[in-house]
Amino acid sequence: MNADAPGPAAGTGIRTSKADELRVVHQPLARHDQAEKIAGSTRFAGDLAFASMLHARLVRSPVPSARVTRRDASAALAVPGVVCVLFGEDVPHNTVWVDVPGQTVEVAALKASMEVLATGRVRFHGEPVALVVAETEDALAQACELVEIDYEDLPGVYDPAEALADGAPAVHEGGNLLGEWRIDRGDPGAAFAAADVVVAGSYQTQAVDHAYLEPEAGVGWLDDDGVLNLRVATQVVEHYRDVARILGIPEARVRVIAPYVGGGFGGKEDMTVEPYLALAVWRTRRAVRMQWTRQESLLARPKRHRMWLRYRTAARRDGTILGQEIDITADSGAYAYLSALVLLYSSVHACGPYRVGNVTLRARCAYTNNPPTSAFRGFGGMQVVFGYEAQMDLLAGELGIPPADIRKRNALARGDTLPVGQVVETEVLLCQTIDAVLGRAGDKPVPSGPRKATGRGIASNIQSYGRLVWLNDSAAAWAGLQLDGSLTVRCGVPDIGGGQASSLAQIASEVLGVPMDRITVHFGDSALTPLAGTTTATRQLLMSGNAVYEAAVLVRDAIVRAVAAETGQPVAGLRLDADPASGQGVVTGPGVSVSLPEAVVVCRRRNVPIEALGTFFGPKGRPVVRELRADRVFPDFTFGTHLCDLEVDLDTGQVELLRYIAAHDVGRAINPLSVAGQISGGAAQGLGMALLEEIALADGVNLTGGFFQYLIPTATDLPDIETIVLESGEGMGPFGARGIGEPPIGPPAAAVASAIHDALGSRPTVLPITPERVLECVTRGDPPPGPGSA
Amino acid sequence: MATITLAVNGRSVTRAAGAHLTLLRWLRELADVTDPKYGCGEGICGACTVLVDGVPAASCLILAAQVDGATVTTAAGLAEPDGSLSPLQRAFHEHHAAQCGFCTPGMLTTAAAMLADGRCRSRAEIRAGLHGNLCRCTGYGPIVDAVEAAQQEAGQQEAGQQEAAQQEAAQQEAAEQEAGR
Repeated sequence: MNADAPGPAAGTGIRTSKADELRVVHQPLARHDQAEKIAGSTRFAGDLAFASMLHARLVRSPVPSARVTRRDASAALAVPGVVCVLFGEDVPHNTVWVDVPGQTVEVAALKASMEVLATGRVRFHGEPVALVVAETEDALAQACELVEIDYEDLPGVYDPAEALADGAPAVHEGGNLLGEWRIDRGDPGAAFAAADVVVAGSYQTQAVDHAYLEPEAGVGWLDDDGVLNLRVATQVVEHYRDVARILGIPEARVRVIAPYVGGGFGGKEDMTVEPYLALAVWRTRRAVRMQWTRQESLLARPKRHRMWLRYRTAARRDGTILGQEIDITADSGAYAYLSALVLLYSSVHACGPYRVGNVTLRARCAYTNNPPTSAFRGFGGMQVVFGYEAQMDLLAGELGIPPADIRKRNALARGDTLPVGQVVETEVLLCQTIDAVLGRAGDKPVPSGPRKATGRGIASNIQSYGRLVWLNDSAAAWAGLQLDGSLTVRCGVPDIGGGQASSLAQIASEVLGVPMDRITVHFGDSALTPLAGTTTATRQLLMSGNAVYEAAVLVRDAIVRAVAAETGQPVAGLRLDADPASGQGVVTGPGVSVSLPEAVVVCRRRNVPIEALGTFFGPKGRPVVRELRADRVFPDFTFGTHLCDLEVDLDTGQVELLRYIAAHDVGRAINPLSVAGQISGGAAQGLGMALLEEIALADGVNLTGGFFQYLIPTATDLPDIETIVLESGEGMGPFGARGIGEPPIGPPAAAVASAIHDALGSRPTVLPITPERVLECVTRGDPPPGPGSA
Repeated sequence: MATITLAVNGRSVTRAAGAHLTLLRWLRELADVTDPKYGCGEGICGACTVLVDGVPAASCLILAAQVDGATVTTAAGLAEPDGSLSPLQRAFHEHHAAQCGFCTPGMLTTAAAMLADGRCRSRAEIRAGLHGNLCRCTGYGPIVDAVEAAQQEAGQQEAGQQEAAQQEAAQQEAAEQEAGR
């Protein structure tokens, strides 16, 4: 068994393992949470009800920029069954300071704030202004219509470049520049002067919505000890701290429980229903449910940042990149949320998975009166793929080098330094992922008719996993054997559908030899499970995975020591492993065979604990300032390449995806089924962004108020997504795993654009790639190749 | 308020409800049947799909009063009489067709109707049949795999039953010939 490897020193340990030594980990096991989900018995956040509970709903601003001149709840309060109507003045502490959610941090708050309920000023369409609480949903609906709020329109600004211009209407006091980052590395001037070729391009990415199937929801109640309980759909149980601050009560008095979440993708990283539920419960002292509608979710919850990317790339004739100039402008919308960090991610990832020695990067994000923007799978690291991969194709075309070759020529390798200054410490299988997708794809498809053109595109990416290293990230988990040899794991990880809890069971099973069906993982409870931090930033396998590994190893070692003392055998001669016959854990050695239940009895007799708390600390580093230069920004990175074959209808601009192949090095697949699910689901979400999805805004008014207008891919929009999993064994997670939650959403838009470029000779540069934009490429491009000429 | 009685997953449930109450809200709020999900409220996402007298329907668009007296089957009602997962549900489990699981009840009810109708003859046909059910986690491939597998299993069973029936008929014929000799 591989688990004899030493535990990692604070975040830097890389624990490799041979795949063939693994017994439970690395097996494609049906996840334990699936049976209940398929039976229809899983109770999501909106599924729990209390007898005689109240219902709460927000009244939101119908305008994007205005002064609130009058608020009157009297008509609403007159509706039978209405319990209360709350305005900002009713909130004990009506300010939410923008910070990084979850854990103790050393970086200062951005000194940006927003009101829980807006009082004097609204800054975006959909901003919450009043909270109504009623006995029934019907009374609630009626009362919300009757809350009278008068707005006096104020000049707004809806474009980040305009927002940064002199004289623009100020969204907040202190100007519209929310954040900026710079990279100056090497000597870009000399690099461009020495270049054989320079290619330039401008690219634009749109605002998109997470569109998880489960809209924001939750139930809150006060328990017998006066603790405020919130059972909500969230990626962050640590928001109990923010809730306590808003109510002005001790953090220990608030408990957040995350049941199985119906999709997160970053959209449940910031608070959604939490502060409002908490206010309603605190005020009424009764159980309250809040369920946002899909329309509210699309209207007002933070989106992905729109970005305007400008690239210039200098290269030698042989395709070697010499330097890059990058300019990024991002739309932060009306409030700060995590925009500054999203932009930092964009900046660090902006050169892609390539060696670029000379870089000038300028990036800024601006407040506007558009819906706020914040975390979304890929977190700024994904928009830039659309830019840097376009540049690679332009360079390939200019130099007559195949797209695959130019990527391989410049691919990062272990020991290379990223533009920010961080050295890549683990093996990079980027070239292998390129070979893998091309090897799988075979010949390019031929057009199905005379007015059709086919194209093939590839796109590679780099995406960090784990949080920024100055956030002092940590995760804790507890593992304890029961008297019958079954195992309880407690870990504060929210399970948002990626198999987070199930993977922990596999890791514990691997170490302790307890069969999967005898392990229960209690998760996502800020009061009863050790805090494991946010299910964000592709960090949970790295963080809580390592924490559970630590806890399980501590338990294993204690048991082995107890059995050694009991039998007089040296510790080194004993091992805890699964008995091949029974599947149960057993301590064996020369003349020794002690089953786990027997070993538990031995431990109890000898005062040896049969439970342990494991804590994993992420790699550390110093905070960066505006000038990005650091030895380490992220723990590590995941690399991959996607390939897209498609056919374009030259008359309608319609794109049909014929084939989609995605390859990533995941280090080690803890559960190959979950890994494949993350890759195909991430690719699908990226393809939606590529071709279909857009939050449409007209001077700050959100026009996408439902799934009628906001189109996510259906089963008929997508081909089978073929996944290829490479395993370097080099990740920093348990058993050498890398994170794979976010990385697969990066390449699709670029891969589709590349394939259209290949088909039409002209490249779409604005997302989403609608039929209209494809037809522009048809008009602009070289004459498409005839059938068979590809 | 009107009294509405539905046979929900084999259980007769009677609840008084306003005439405006949707079937989805009636099930979730009055009958504690929570596996049909609210996902959009406008019949697009399919998470609320239930079978009304065997026909898949978006329960967020139907009023409970419209279907008074009907038989309603949700995903939870697809299980075998002994409570074990149905072959379709087992296929979902084996093919990793649920990730977050929120779309799953609607996917299952839609797929159950497709299997009953035999509208699963190809992957393209399965995809077309699932077109009204959105999933944001899987990319749909594993769900198509599961429905395809369930269809194959059902087809094999059907073929097996036909074969058994043919054998029986042949035996009977032989016996009759024997008797007639």
